[in-house]
This record gives sequence, C-alpha cells and structure tokens, in this order.
Amino acid sequence: MVRAFGLGAMLFGVWLLLSGHYTPLLLGFGVGSSILVVMIAMRMDVVDHEGVPLYLVPRVLAYIPWLLLEILRANISVARIILHPALPISPIMVHFQASQKTDVGRAIYANSITLTPGTITTGVEGSELEIHALTWADIDGREEDEMDRRVTRLEQGI
Amino acid sequence: MAIVLDILSWAAIAGGLFFMVVGAIGVLRMPDVYTRLHAAGMTDTMGAGLILIGLTFQAGPTLVAVRLMLVWAFLLFTNPISTHALARAALSGGVEPFRVDMEGDKP
Amino acid sequence: MFVAAAAGIILSMVLALLRALLGPTVYDRVLALNMFGTKTVLLIAVLGFLSGRPDFLDLAIAYALINFIGTIAVLKLFEVGDLGRASDPTGGSA
Repeated sequence: MVRAFGLGAMLFGVWLLLSGHYTPLLLGFGVGSSILVVMIAMRMDVVDHEGVPLYLVPRVLAYIPWLLLEILRANISVARIILHPALPISPIMVHFQASQKTDVGRAIYANSITLTPGTITTGVEGSELEIHALTWADIDGREEDEMDRRVTRLEQGI
Repeated sequence: MAIVLDILSWAAIAGGLFFMVVGAIGVLRMPDVYTRLHAAGMTDTMGAGLILIGLTFQAGPTLVAVRLMLVWAFLLFTNPISTHALARAALSGGVEPFRVDMEGDKP
Repeated sequence: MFVAAAAGIILSMVLALLRALLGPTVYDRVLALNMFGTKTVLLIAVLGFLSGRPDFLDLAIAYALINFIGTIAVLKLFEVGDLGRASDPTGGSA
C-alpha cells in the first residue's frame, strides 16, 4: 500500500511538472489519471519491491553525480580514440562476476556499464556479465571494480 | 550575471555539439556494429547531455528547465536499454565481433 | 547562436543517415536510426528555443519515448520474428 501511494505521488509529481496549468479541473484530471495508472500497475502485479524500488531513490540520487563524472571521463577517452588518425581500437569480449545480490542491483550495474562509452553489456546470465569493450584499457578493471563496489553499497544501503 | 550564464550555456552547447559530431564520425569510421555502438553511446550521453544543460542555462529557473532535465533523464534511462537490445540482437543474429590481432597483449 | 546549434545537430544527423544508407547489416541501420531519433529530440528542443516557444519540449519528450519503443519493437521483430510473443526465456543466444 505504501508503494502504491509512493508510485501515485511520483506520477502526480511528474504530471505537475509537465502540465504547468494549475486550475482545479486540470488538477482533478491529473489526480484521476495518476490513480488510473496505479490501478493498472496493481492489476499487472508490478507494484512490488522490484517494480517500485522506493527505498533506492535517495541512494540512486547520491550515485548519479559519480556516474556522470565517470561518463565524462570515458567520453573524452573514446573521443580521443575516434579522432586518432590510426583508430587504435582492439575490441574484446570479457566475462565479469557481478557482486550484487538482487536483480535490481545487477540491472543498475549493467546499465551503468553500458552508459559509460567504451564498454557495453551484451549479456547477463545469473551474476555473470558479458561485456564488449572498445580497447583493452577500457576493461582493465579499475573503473569497473569501483562501480561494482558502489552499486553493491547502493543496493545494500550501507 | 546574465553574461556569465550566457558564456556557460554556449560553452556547454559547443561541447555537446563537439561530442555529437565526433560520435557521428565515429559511427562512420568504426569497423563493425559493436564498436559503432560505443561511438553512438557517446552522442547519446555526453552530446545530448551537454546541449540540454546549455539550453537549461538559457531557460533560467522555470518549468522549462525541469522539462529539459526530464528529457535528459528519459534519454539516460532508455539509451542503455536500446544499446543492450541492439548488441544482443546482433549477437543472436550471428554478426561476428570484429577483432584486431595483437601480439601477446591479451590474457 | 541557436541557429549554429541547430546546424551542428543537422550535420551530425546527415552523418548518421550516411551510416544508415551504407549499412552493411540491418543492425547498423537500426543503430543509425536510433541515433537519428536522439538527435531529432535535441533538434526539436533547440527549434523550440529558436522560435521562442519552449512548449515544443513536450513534443521532444514524446518523441524520445516513441523513439525508444520503436527501436525496441524493430529489434524484437528481428530477434523473435513476432511482436506478440515473448523471447526465449533462456536468453535466446544462438
């Protein structure tokens, strides 16, 4: 029930930000459509700890600035490779062991890896990730280990 | 103050355009689908992000700025998923990853 | 100045279209189309500022979501051969 209310509040918040018209009639429409979406979501049985991970919201907000900085650094190195006349790439496929316990944690880790240019998650099986990297240096483990630690911390809330 | 914001926003937009064009060049130069995905990811994250941040500075503290950041949030949430789907579809479609032969550099 | 930004975005859109025309596999074309869609979102946003009507941003948000769903739908059609069925639960890698 808490999750359903949280989902509804978030949906209505987005509605408020997007609408910009605050008359009683339109606010009523907003409340109505938020409730309708929550009802559909409950009928689809997706309002659980995985579909609406409310407990993760503050921790993800704290994780995003670090991720953006990492994305910026990876972008600069990939841009340098592309602009290099000889195109010094050595694509490689590697397998990684993710240390997250839950599927949500693994999804966050896999998506973070894909978001940083230079590495793409091409497959997930259990806790093993298959990663395609642009150069050997992109996958030497330092950034990925740090990311793995941070996502695990995020998942467990330490 | 306004002039500082202007300079910041145009610097961000110019940086975004740079990453975007470099990413497009990369998509043209790279040898196969998987390496092209890396270049495309670059335009999606940094190119789009910097341009939208620049536009946010232009918009000032209004609802328009919030909407610009929402556009970026949508892009950041959806792009890794389509990249991953594309890589998996290409793998199961039987596209062989391009490899460079190097002397004893791999484990 | 917004004109310069729009021109830069259109330049990279042309480069993406070039990749879509060159191929060679169908996945390259889908990748180019996905990139083209992202750039369209940005172009709509910049055009909104250019014409002084930031309401265009709603179109940009809608386009971003449609672009994502369209890409996924096309890829699923290639991978499964049917939009109505779920893919192989074991991962489907051949």
